[in-house]
Amino acid sequence: MASTGDLEPTHYPARRAAQVALHYLNTHHGSPFRVFGLQQVHKASAEDVEAGGRKYKLDFSVTDWASGSAGPALRCSADVLFPRTERHSAPDVKLRCEALQQINRTAQEEEAFYQKHITPDSAVSARDIPDSYGNMSEEMQPFWRLARVAASFIMLRESSENTEFNMAQVASVTQQESSEEQLMLEFVVLLHDLPSQEIVQWKLLASWSPDRGVRVLQTEWQPRCPHATKPPN
Amino acid sequence: MRVYLAVFALLAAVQCEELFNGDQVLRIHVESEDHIQALKELEEDVDSVLDFWTHGFSTERPIDIRVPHTSLSAVKDFLKKNNVPFTVMINNVQELLDRETAEMVSNAKMERSTKSFNFAAYHDLETLYSFMDTLVASHPNLITKVHIGNSYENRPMYALKFSTGGVSRPAIWVDAGIHSREWVTQASAAWIANQIASNYGVDPSVTSLLGQMDIYLMIVTNPDGYVFTHTDNRMWRKTRSVNSGSSCRGVDPNRNWDAGFGGPGASKDPCSESYHGPYANSEVEVKNVVDLIMGHGNFKSFISIHSYSQLLMYPYGYTCTDIPDKSELHSVGTAAIKELTSLYNTIYQVGSICKIIYQASGGSIDWTYNIGIKYSFAFELRDTGYYGFLLPANQIIPTAEETWLGLKYIMEYVRNHPY
Repeated sequence: MASTGDLEPTHYPARRAAQVALHYLNTHHGSPFRVFGLQQVHKASAEDVEAGGRKYKLDFSVTDWASGSAGPALRCSADVLFPRTERHSAPDVKLRCEALQQINRTAQEEEAFYQKHITPDSAVSARDIPDSYGNMSEEMQPFWRLARVAASFIMLRESSENTEFNMAQVASVTQQESSEEQLMLEFVVLLHDLPSQEIVQWKLLASWSPDRGVRVLQTEWQPRCPHATKPPN
Repeated sequence: MRVYLAVFALLAAVQCEELFNGDQVLRIHVESEDHIQALKELEEDVDSVLDFWTHGFSTERPIDIRVPHTSLSAVKDFLKKNNVPFTVMINNVQELLDRETAEMVSNAKMERSTKSFNFAAYHDLETLYSFMDTLVASHPNLITKVHIGNSYENRPMYALKFSTGGVSRPAIWVDAGIHSREWVTQASAAWIANQIASNYGVDPSVTSLLGQMDIYLMIVTNPDGYVFTHTDNRMWRKTRSVNSGSSCRGVDPNRNWDAGFGGPGASKDPCSESYHGPYANSEVEVKNVVDLIMGHGNFKSFISIHSYSQLLMYPYGYTCTDIPDKSELHSVGTAAIKELTSLYNTIYQVGSICKIIYQASGGSIDWTYNIGIKYSFAFELRDTGYYGFLLPANQIIPTAEETWLGLKYIMEYVRNHPY
């Protein structure tokens, strides 16, 4: 069904591959004050490769979601390889974005946020971010972004040509005891897969500091109740 | 006249007195000079406290006089004695005043409540249904509420019919909220309903459209699901029907239509979010719409509103083969999106469902296209995944405003291209 050669940039095969590149970008450059979003795919092509994989070549633009849609766009190019193995394995991404270093540094906010929560008596705990009505307090925004970046590790790993993931909601965030000068956060996130329309729930443990960035230490898929009421605690 | 009466009513209300109880307004048909003489006599008799609503006597036109209750029999006797013909135009002035005041109060209340309906917030089903009633009541000559049937859990399903008359005029269908978690769609549809109502008689395009066509707007197409997103699970998408042999409930109402039913892009697992159901139109919510469309027989356009992804799509979803009208629908879509984007720079993409988002069988606009409703479209509103289904309420009105521009373009195009 998939075509080889040039792809229509606005159609889903190109877009899904670009989202995978976005997840990769966010795992490397996301922070409590920076999450990237796809603005537009400019050009895309795909070809089958030896060992049965499919490689996408992409030319696209991203924006910093944290500064709103009015923020400047960054031009990126990426090679995204979806392996075609019997058991699912993560796609491989090679990414280049222009002027990544030149975008507005958020060092000050990051440092302030870090200092505020690395103290032993910080014990952040919250549910449903945003809430059903899309409300998210100013205080919770950096935690939402951290969850989004941490979730990008999972979304990147779980992606295939047949998925298109977004984070639907942060079901909970619970701060753990800091370790090795890293903020330690346990998240439960709800991911939304567009093609299947499924909501998938994951529990994960992530660390962050301004120096080391986001690391995901543990992930655990959580089954949802068949009658699909509130997620299990 | 009305202002005059109103001022008196106000004064009366203020003084807590019924000033005009039993008063009548007589219409005098003056036919001769003698009649005019008689009236002049009446006028000069100050004691009778007559209130002439018409001034200057002539045989050319009737003369209206408000006669206080206490003077009624005397005045009528006088007129009869002088053979002056008259009719009773207002039988009881106070009664009329009371009715008028009540109407004004009720109008003001209704105006306040449609004005006080907060379009920039998400509401529960009851509030949305109550808003519909208020809107209908304040535009009785334009909007009727059509009860198209009940949901699985027996909730009424209502469509708002915008019509200026005629019988089975060519019509446009718009539905929102068929997938209950897509809250910005129901919220936008409420705003759009109000917008159409306010624009009628003011906006030349909308006025001309409604002069020739009817609009059916269904704000909550999946009421059971919508309630469930409020009470239990904000992420609920499907209907709430019981699936035999499974503990999982619900069918994806947009995989349940009779177009490529059961094909790729829908699941046969009842626990799946895209479960197509046991057979096409198994869901009463879908059947109700199908029956209305078939029974009406004259729909020219069918537009289904979803979220999220910022897309405007045309058929097919069940196959990636192009429809015969692909060229036309693609250019209508492109032009519609240009209007939408012009407001807040929100970027949308246009394409067939199968190519732009995913292959999906049993979808509504595939079915409507296949039965001959050429202008079949589906919207996916804001955003592109940042908030997703949980779009903040402060984006409802901007979303509705821009969507309305796109929708209006399509409707105008349909009006200008009858078939």
